[in-house]
Amino acid sequence: MLTIAYAVLFYGAALVLAGGIAYRMWEYSTTPAPLKIPTTPAPVTRGGVIVRMAREVVLFESLFKANKWIWLFGWIFHAALLLVLLRHLRYFTQPVWGWVVLVQSPGIYAGFALVAGLAGLWARRVLVPRIRYISAPSDHLMLALIIAIGVSGLAMRYVFRTDIVAVKAFFLGLMYFDWQPLPADPVLLIHLALVAALMIIFPVSKLLHAPGLFFSPSRNQADDARERRHVAPPLRTAARARQ
Amino acid sequence: MVELKIRAPVSGEDIPDPSAIPALAPGVMAHSKPYVASPEHQEAIGFPGELVDDWEERAVDKLGELVKNSRGLRVYLDTCVKCGACTDKCHYFLGTGDPNNMPVARQDLLRKVYRRYFTFAGKYFPWLVGAEDMTKEVLDEWYTYFHQCSQCRRCSVYCPYGIDTAEVSMAAREIMDSVGKGQKYCNEIIGKVRKYGNNLGLQEKAHRATLEDLEEDIEDETGVAVRLPLDEKGADILLVTPSADFFAEPHIDGLIGYAKVFHHVGASWTISSYASEAANFGMFIGSQDNMRELAMRIRNAAEDLGVKRIIFGECGHAWRAAYNFMNTLAGPFDFLDQRYPIPQHICEYTYDLIQKGALNFDKSLNDDIRLTFHDSCNVSRASRMGDKPGGQYEIPRAILREVCNHFYDMADDTIREATFCCGGGGGLLTDDLLELRIKGAQPRMRAMQQVAQDHGVTHMAAICAICKTQFAKVMPEYGFEMDNIVSVHQMVSNAIILDGQKIDREEGEEQE
Ligand code: SF4
Ligand code: SF4
Repeated sequence: MLTIAYAVLFYGAALVLAGGIAYRMWEYSTTPAPLKIPTTPAPVTRGGVIVRMAREVVLFESLFKANKWIWLFGWIFHAALLLVLLRHLRYFTQPVWGWVVLVQSPGIYAGFALVAGLAGLWARRVLVPRIRYISAPSDHLMLALIIAIGVSGLAMRYVFRTDIVAVKAFFLGLMYFDWQPLPADPVLLIHLALVAALMIIFPVSKLLHAPGLFFSPSRNQADDARERRHVAPPLRTAARARQ
Repeated sequence: MVELKIRAPVSGEDIPDPSAIPALAPGVMAHSKPYVASPEHQEAIGFPGELVDDWEERAVDKLGELVKNSRGLRVYLDTCVKCGACTDKCHYFLGTGDPNNMPVARQDLLRKVYRRYFTFAGKYFPWLVGAEDMTKEVLDEWYTYFHQCSQCRRCSVYCPYGIDTAEVSMAAREIMDSVGKGQKYCNEIIGKVRKYGNNLGLQEKAHRATLEDLEEDIEDETGVAVRLPLDEKGADILLVTPSADFFAEPHIDGLIGYAKVFHHVGASWTISSYASEAANFGMFIGSQDNMRELAMRIRNAAEDLGVKRIIFGECGHAWRAAYNFMNTLAGPFDFLDQRYPIPQHICEYTYDLIQKGALNFDKSLNDDIRLTFHDSCNVSRASRMGDKPGGQYEIPRAILREVCNHFYDMADDTIREATFCCGGGGGLLTDDLLELRIKGAQPRMRAMQQVAQDHGVTHMAAICAICKTQFAKVMPEYGFEMDNIVSVHQMVSNAIILDGQKIDREEGEEQE
C-alpha cells in the first residue's frame, strides 16, 4: 500500500516537474523579446554571451558584485545542492558510475553545507529588515521545506538509518516499471514526501529562477544592435506592412 | 514642502558614504506623485482621456497582453527569488529610505497583481505568495512608486537574473496610460514631439532664429564663422540632438562644441526641423507605438534630407533608443553609408577625430576647471560606444582628458556600470517631483562631494540633457553652484582652437 502510494506520488511528481518545466521553457521561448535590452557592458558576440551566462551560472557573478553575504550563503547552498544531487545518483544507477562513487564522501559534507547555507539565507531573511520586508510566507516556507529535506536526509545518514539497499531497489524498480517494496521508516517517508512536494511546486514557484535565468534578455542578448537588426516576430509583421 | 538643506561639504568634514543604507521608513514618499495628464494630453497620443469605467478589468487584460508580448517582463515577474541583493541599489531608496523604493519591492507592486490573475499559486493561495487584487489602492500605489523609478537599470546590474525594474516600471506606466491614468509631464511632451518635432514645441521659424543667434555668438567670440545649418538637403550628416541643446544651459555650450568640431574638419552636416529631438519619451512610458512614431520621424528626416550618416548629440536615454531600438523600430537603414556606425554618437565622432590628430586643443584653457565625469545611466547600462564593451565609459573620459588637465574620477562603486542616476531620469524631470529629485540625487552628490574634498574637483561633466538639467537644479542643494555641471562638448568647445580663431588668452596668462 505504502509502496504503491509512493510510487504513484513519484511518478506524478516527476511528470509535473518535467512537464511543468518543459511548458515554462516553451512559454518563455515562444514569447517574443521585442527589443534589445542587454544590461551593458555586454558581450558583443553570441560566444561572449555564453561565457557571460556561464559566469552567472557557475560563479553567481552579479550576486557577488551585489552582496558578499548573500553570495556566500547562496553559492554554498547551490554548490552543495549540486553535490548532494550527484551523490543521490547512486540510487538510480546500477552499477554505480565511477565518478558518482567519488562524490559520495564530499556529498556527505555537502549535506551539512547545504543546510548551513540555507540557514544563513534564512537568518538574513529574518534579521535584515530590508529582506524581511520583501519576504512573503512562501519565501519562508520554501526555505523550511528545503532545510527539512536536508535535515531528514542527514538524520538518515547519522541517526535513523534506513535500508538503503531497499530504497535503491525501490527507485530502480520505478525506473524499470518493476516495483519493489519501500522500507516503512518514518524519516525516509518524510524525506521522500518532501522531495516529491518540492518537485511538484517547482514549476509554479520562484524555483523557476533556474530555467528563467537562461531566458533573461538583460543577460542572454548580445550587444550588437547596430551590427544586426533585431527583429522579433510581432515587429516583423509591422515592418512588412510599412514596406 | 521639505526640510532639505544639505550643507555644503566643509573641508575635513566626513562625507557620508554615497552607498550608505538608510533605516527603513515605510510610507515616507507615499505623498510624492506627479500631476496626472489631462484628457487632452492623453487623447493626443492615443490613450483614454480619464480613468475608464471598467479600468480594473482593462488593467488586468493589458497586463496579460504585455506579459504575452515581452519575454523580459514575463521572466522578470516569474524568476525573482526575493534574495534581496537589489534592495540597497536604488538611489531613490538610498535617498529616501522608503522601502517601496527598493527595486524588488517596487516590482512586487506589479508582481502581486500578476500573481493574483496569472499564476497558479496566486490564484489559489494569494496569502501565501503575497498576491493581491487590482484595486484603487493598488493603482494609486503604482502611480506613486512607478513614478519614483528613473528606469536607470542599476538594480538590473546586481540582480543574479538581471531582473530589470525599468522594464517593470515601463509596463506599469503603459497599463496606467491604457486605462486613462497617465503622467502629465511625459504625455504632454510626447504630444509636442508628435506635433512639432521636439519636446519644447519649438517651431521651424523660431528654431532657425535660435541657430542664427548662436552662429553670431560663436563668431563674436572666436572670430570664426561656424555654421549651425538647418534643413540643408544633401548634407552628409544629420545631427539629432536633444532640443534642450537649443536653449538650456549648459546644454547649449555642448551644441556649440559639436558645431566647432564639425566646422574644424569641414564636415557637411545639418539639423532637421522635422526631427529636431533626440529624446524619445515613448520609452519612459513603455509605449512601443510612441517610440516607433518618434524613431520614424528621424528616419523620415534622414531620407528627405538625403544624408549619409546620423549622429546623435549628448543625451542618455535618446542614445539608448537610438543605439538599441531605432534599427528595430524604424530600420533597416540601408540608405545610409554603411561604413559608419548607424547611428553614431557625437563622442564617438569626436574621439575618432582626436585619434586621427584632426583637432587642435589648448588644454590650459580649461585650467580653471577641476573635473569629474558622471556616467549617465542609459549610456552606461543600456548602450555602448565604440567597438568594445565599456567604450561608453572610456571614450568620454578619453575626450575629457584630451581637453582638460585636471580630471578625477569619483569612487569606483559610483561610476561606470555602478553609476548612480542623477535623480531626474525616466520621465521624472518635472518640478512636481522636485523633492524626489533632490533626495534621489544624494548618492551621486555625495560621491561628488568626496572628490571635491579629496581633489578639489569643481565641476562635473555629463553627456545627457536630463542629467544636465537635473544637476543644474539640485547642485545648489548640495553645496555646489548650478553651473558646476558642464557638457562634455562644452569642455571640447572651451579648448578647441579653430583655424583662424582669435585667442583670448586672459585667463591663461593669469595662470603663468
Ligand atoms: S531602475 Fe533605477 S530607479 Fe528604478 S528601481 Fe532600479 S535602481 Fe531604482
Ligand atoms: S536581486 Fe533580483 S532576484 Fe534578488 S530580490 Fe532583487 S529582483 Fe529579486
